[in-house]
Amino acid sequence: MAKIPVQFMLNGAEKAEFIDSGTTLLNALRDKIGDTSPKGGCHQGTCGACSVIIDGELRLSCLTLAETCNGAAITTTSGLSQGGVLHPLQRAFLDAFATQCGFCTPGMLMAAKVLLDHTPDPSRDEVVEALSGNICRCTGYEPIIQAVLTAARSNSQNAA
Amino acid sequence: MAIRRGRGVAAINYPTGMNLGGDPTQALVHSTPTGNFMVTLSSVDLGQGMKQIMAQICAETIGVPTDRVIVDTADTDTGPHCMGTFASRGTHRAGNAVIQAAREARQVMLEVAAEELEVNASDLETDGQGNILVKGAPQRSISIFDVALSAHFKRGRSISGRGMFLIPRSYPEKETGAMKPSTCYAHACTVAEVEVDDETGEVTVLTVRNVFEIGRALNPKMVEQQLVGGSWMAISHALYETTEPYYPDRDHGGTDFNQYLMPGPGDLAQTEIIVLERPSADGPFGAKGPGEMCANPQIPAVANAVFDAVGVRIDTLPITPERILRALKAQASN
Ligand code: FES
Ligand code: FES
Repeated sequence: MAKIPVQFMLNGAEKAEFIDSGTTLLNALRDKIGDTSPKGGCHQGTCGACSVIIDGELRLSCLTLAETCNGAAITTTSGLSQGGVLHPLQRAFLDAFATQCGFCTPGMLMAAKVLLDHTPDPSRDEVVEALSGNICRCTGYEPIIQAVLTAARSNSQNAA
Repeated sequence: MAIRRGRGVAAINYPTGMNLGGDPTQALVHSTPTGNFMVTLSSVDLGQGMKQIMAQICAETIGVPTDRVIVDTADTDTGPHCMGTFASRGTHRAGNAVIQAAREARQVMLEVAAEELEVNASDLETDGQGNILVKGAPQRSISIFDVALSAHFKRGRSISGRGMFLIPRSYPEKETGAMKPSTCYAHACTVAEVEVDDETGEVTVLTVRNVFEIGRALNPKMVEQQLVGGSWMAISHALYETTEPYYPDRDHGGTDFNQYLMPGPGDLAQTEIIVLERPSADGPFGAKGPGEMCANPQIPAVANAVFDAVGVRIDTLPITPERILRALKAQASN
């Protein structure tokens, strides 16, 4: 089968690859480009572990065809820290002990980032709603909810 | 037809590790040329925090800061033997093995330091910050960095140690069948409050109050993390999760995670965790195994709370609305 070219910005850097038509963005990122931060939990849109941000919107990379991402700007968890400095959400997840096995963590971070980008000072219910597409086996969710609320508070303090 | 409230309690004893044919774990510890310490294990960190706890145990025993210890759990083909990460045995079994290995390594480290400082090894102590001092004369000291360099490049010593912890197999007594499956037990108790809708059979867990007795908490924040997550998981087991069909035909069962029901972040009961520390006699620094038992007492507590609310005993998990309604119907027809 003929390969098709895709080209997009990944965490601020231009990426170009030849892929088989029908390749999911999740597989393209992990197997072709080598960004393994999005995780494949279910490969059918139910767990949220593969979440990435495409042009500012939260997307499931397991249900997104890579060839539809031409020209898009994609953010993954690999792009959160800057020059070795953790993103406030990553810092808050660490401080709140909001990760155990870590498999859900990249998806949770992506969902939380999109929430805080749109709603810098969310209520607890808004945090719960934003995370409701992401499954976690280990933490019982409460530490994750607390981490997102803490990150929102630290963001607003920095802005003030 | 009404929403009915109930409260249930349950308590458990939970053995740390198991004992079917002996339960061994080995550990190896060695220093790098710059005085960091490497712990090699086959025990696996699957998110429960094995690496952090083993680093703490090794550091405490040798007398260095925790960040000077690297834990390698990479390969069960090449690492020292471990029975596995199960039965809440990791901290207890591997921790004891690491203590033994680290003690042996510490002894070699002190012997090399003693040669450098021209004193007896028994006159030396560590400051926990990476230095070895002469007892009573702390101005005579040498850094562990320099001791390691000396061992590696000057004195030809390997600062290393071997550790082995074995709970031997316990055979049942012929007469009574009594045996000792475990040497140490953790304990827990939960009180759960629920609301049961006797029209729909739906259960809402309002509060889950837990007390856990786990020996000494070697890392209190990680223990809390484990207990919070475990308490939630138990509610999930009590009310939602199953791979089996509700009807007798397997064809109605779930086939993938799409059909495997787990509560999400919107379904959290108010949860309280209290930790009691009663150090165990044979655990590393008094630790027991808090791993699995953290998800045990909540399940019978919820079942008891359902009984308290609507008077039916559900003895099959999960406690689904359908099971409650069937039980209520049977109760009404009796
Ligand atoms: S892997 Fe995409 S939602 Fe589970
Ligand atoms: S930390 Fe393990 S799945 Fe969330």
